[in-house]
Amino acid sequence: MVIYGVSLLAFCLLAGTLAGDLIGRLLGIEANVGGVGIAMLLLLYFTSHANQRWQLNAASQSGIQFWSAMYIPIVVAMAAKQNVLGAIESGWLALVAGVLAVVVSFALIPLFSRLARRGAALEGEL
Amino acid sequence: MELLTLLLAKQALITAFLLIGAVTAFSYWLSAKLSRGVIHGSAVAIALGLLLAYLGGLYSGGSKGLADIAVFSGVAFMGGAMLRDFAIVATAFGADTRALKQAGWAGALSVVIGVVLSFVVGALVAVAFGYTDAVAITTIGAGAATYIVGPVTGTALGASSEVIALSVGAGLVKSVLVMIGTPLVAKSIGLNNPYSAMVYGGLMGTTSGVAGGLAATDPKLVPYGAMTATFYTGVGCLLAPSVLFFIVRAIA
Repeated sequence: MVIYGVSLLAFCLLAGTLAGDLIGRLLGIEANVGGVGIAMLLLLYFTSHANQRWQLNAASQSGIQFWSAMYIPIVVAMAAKQNVLGAIESGWLALVAGVLAVVVSFALIPLFSRLARRGAALEGEL
Repeated sequence: MELLTLLLAKQALITAFLLIGAVTAFSYWLSAKLSRGVIHGSAVAIALGLLLAYLGGLYSGGSKGLADIAVFSGVAFMGGAMLRDFAIVATAFGADTRALKQAGWAGALSVVIGVVLSFVVGALVAVAFGYTDAVAITTIGAGAATYIVGPVTGTALGASSEVIALSVGAGLVKSVLVMIGTPLVAKSIGLNNPYSAMVYGGLMGTTSGVAGGLAATDPKLVPYGAMTATFYTGVGCLLAPSVLFFIVRAIA
């Protein structure tokens, strides 16, 4: 049933968010630490092929696939509700700081990706 | 007409589905016609969304873009954090767990370095603009990480509301620029595999920026980037008001 997939997804997000909030509280900060990431790992665990006990049938899977497919439309809606005016009107300091932070971060991606792939290759050899 | 606007505002989420569908259709048509598919339809749709948000802000004077106009208020719910996170988690379905495991350490490292890097850039810009007190420099640096880390840090350190507003501004600029810029630079920075997507999510960190940037580049990469980006704001809120503030105070 479709709802089983949707429901599993909901469980993973709620459990992950709770875990992220708890980690934040343990660290003494008012922020969610990795909630969505933990939720994704939970979903991967429950839906992995190695996991025989939790095999979802095609209908249940489609409940997850629907929300995965809704990702881009949701992101378009997210873009449409951003405070773009605020970003543009926040003055030169904010503009320069934001732009430079992005440019410097972009520039470092190739370097770190190479490190990541090298690490992956090494692990593969072991 | 009045009846229609009343109906659309009442059925806000349904109206948002219709609107976003129309925006998407128009964007894919534009992408095929004008760029012959070179610029991906979803990239056009996100850029168009940002443009609508700008116009909505101009029209209403609010801070929620298009969603501040009553008829389009459903956009705020559809594009809000709840459904966004729900959809992000769903994209993990069928992701390559091997890549996640192998690049895990590089992803974790990139989160910490990403936070420090953006912070340093923001702090230096603050100094260049004449700020000398450690609280203001730290808050603006934190804002260059994300628009959540900025105010959290500023509030913790007791920064003025003017400085906190600046830090939010820096974070907003970053998030918008990441959404627009990612598809444009994706090729030259090698953003085409799970490994670089994890590093990208960790270095950029802004959840909305990464979500939008990867959607516009290649939706298959979303789970990898989102996985690392989700730790960024937490790490930022942890480091900025503590270690990073102490370092700034020692130097300033």
